Amino acid sequence: MVEAKRRVPDAQAKLVFGGIVAYLSVLLLVPLAALVLAVVRHFGDVVEQLTSGEAFHAMGLTLVVAAICITLNGVFGIAGALVLVRQRFFGRRFLDALVDLPLALSPVMTGLAFLILFGRSGALRPVVDLLGFSVAFAWPGVLLATLFVTLPFTLREVALVLEEVGDHEEQAAATLGASAWQTFRRVTLPNIYSGLSIGTTLTLARALGEFGAVLVVGGGIANKTETATTFIHTAVEERQEPAAFGMALILAAAAIALLLFLQNRKAKV
Amino acid sequence: MSIQVRNLVKSYGGHRVVDDVTFDVAAGELVALLGPSGGGKSTILRIIAGLDSADQGEVWLDGNRVDHVHPRDRQVGFVFQHYALFRHMTVAQNVAFGLDVQGESKDSQDERVKTLLQVMGLQGLGDRMPTQLSGGQRQRVALARALAPRPKLLLLDEPFGAVDAKVREELRRWLRKLHDEVHTTSIFVTHDQEEAFAIADRVLIIQKGGLEQAASPTQVLDEPATEFVARFVGEVNVFDGVVKGGHAWIGSIETPVNGHAEGTKVRLIVRAYDLKFWVDPQGPAKVNRVLPLGDRVRVEAELLDGAPIFAQFPRRSSLLHGIEPGSRIAVEVTHARAWAAE
Repeated sequence: MVEAKRRVPDAQAKLVFGGIVAYLSVLLLVPLAALVLAVVRHFGDVVEQLTSGEAFHAMGLTLVVAAICITLNGVFGIAGALVLVRQRFFGRRFLDALVDLPLALSPVMTGLAFLILFGRSGALRPVVDLLGFSVAFAWPGVLLATLFVTLPFTLREVALVLEEVGDHEEQAAATLGASAWQTFRRVTLPNIYSGLSIGTTLTLARALGEFGAVLVVGGGIANKTETATTFIHTAVEERQEPAAFGMALILAAAAIALLLFLQNRKAKV
Repeated sequence: MSIQVRNLVKSYGGHRVVDDVTFDVAAGELVALLGPSGGGKSTILRIIAGLDSADQGEVWLDGNRVDHVHPRDRQVGFVFQHYALFRHMTVAQNVAFGLDVQGESKDSQDERVKTLLQVMGLQGLGDRMPTQLSGGQRQRVALARALAPRPKLLLLDEPFGAVDAKVREELRRWLRKLHDEVHTTSIFVTHDQEEAFAIADRVLIIQKGGLEQAASPTQVLDEPATEFVARFVGEVNVFDGVVKGGHAWIGSIETPVNGHAEGTKVRLIVRAYDLKFWVDPQGPAKVNRVLPLGDRVRVEAELLDGAPIFAQFPRRSSLLHGIEPGSRIAVEVTHARAWAAE
């Protein structure tokens, strides 16, 4: 009887519970609602300013950079996770810890580091000059910065799954006569698919939203290195608020869609 | 496939898990590696399969040294302790995997899978996923998968360790039957002596990385090579005695022993069925407990100096007549193995 009684929340518990829910809801939903409201109120201007070439270019660059990051992080994330989880070598733990560095560093520092490397008197400047392209204040810089900040996601998620799955299935495949490639494609890859898709989603979300690093290294130059987020920054500075509202809402919508996808995936795992 | 293992040594972090192990397995034999957990049995099996490499020593398969041959080229089927089924493949895809990667035609794959599922009693389960199977079924899928590419050697690592007792019994009988039909040279690892004796032609007893004895189940039971073997296979009485006139004396109880000098101290290992008890008011022991164990009865007693002693008798044995807690009994040791006491 005592047990049964306890489960019914008394007034005080209800108050605390309600308070927590309200706090979370307000904190999470109010900014979003403000954004939606702003777009609705300035809908005409939003559409007009977002259909400019500059806005399209910014969105395009963001998407292309995100796509390349997903691909490269996919390949190197899987390879890196396999090495870190399955191999034992000197310095493994150090490298393992180092992988999280992009999460710990402020993106501004990341951007700055790339500027130091590739800027006017940067150590790697002669190399890229020789190769005939530039990194600082050019789209390769935006790509490099985004690649850096998104590096941990796929690797970490895949490593997590690899750790959990173990290597017995791969050993079984080997004793059954499978080559390394056959084992990877038919056993390892399907097993890490869940981690790969979660990691890719996180990579995409971060690539779409990255601001500090790409602003510092790219400079947010219109029609050149301006991404969706730096577009918002510029629009606010130039008092073109409707453009900023619109782009922000698009990014928010994309982020929410990714979150829902992630929720769905994690429920399946 | 015949196997020669020569002076195998393997250490993990300074600890020798396999310590100079040498043995042969003849083609067509079914051999058990038996010993306590953590004794190095699985490591030996994995080295033979090529899944681990030895620090020293050689493995020869059919007269070829294979130490540097990749597992996929050894033609060895391996059954893992926890099945290691491909979790995202159906039962049929699991079984077909080895054939598929070795480039066998789809038709002959299908046929082989069908045959094997039939033989394993898994017909109709080909489209199931591993998670939809019971433990015993998973183990049989693992066996079918290992057998599909017709390996020349079948290695099983604690194959029945993860299924319940009744299924284990069934799988054991079934493995022995399978071996009698197919004659694939097989080695299985187990810590369960009953399992080893029930299935194997020969038992290799491994302890602390070393090979204690390699012999038939009967030999292991009747002529244990070391004290460890004697104590490991079956519950035993251990007594300390002194040799006098060709007999070992445990207090007033005596039993003949060979090969021990007069006056030396010996350690005697006596199996529960190598003892006789009967009621005798002047006897050297007193009964503490009488435990019915199905078809047998276990009698626990203590010698007058307090040392425990136990024996087992068939349920209807006339020796049990009048034996109950508190009764004094006479003790006869009908068979004992003696080792020089340290």
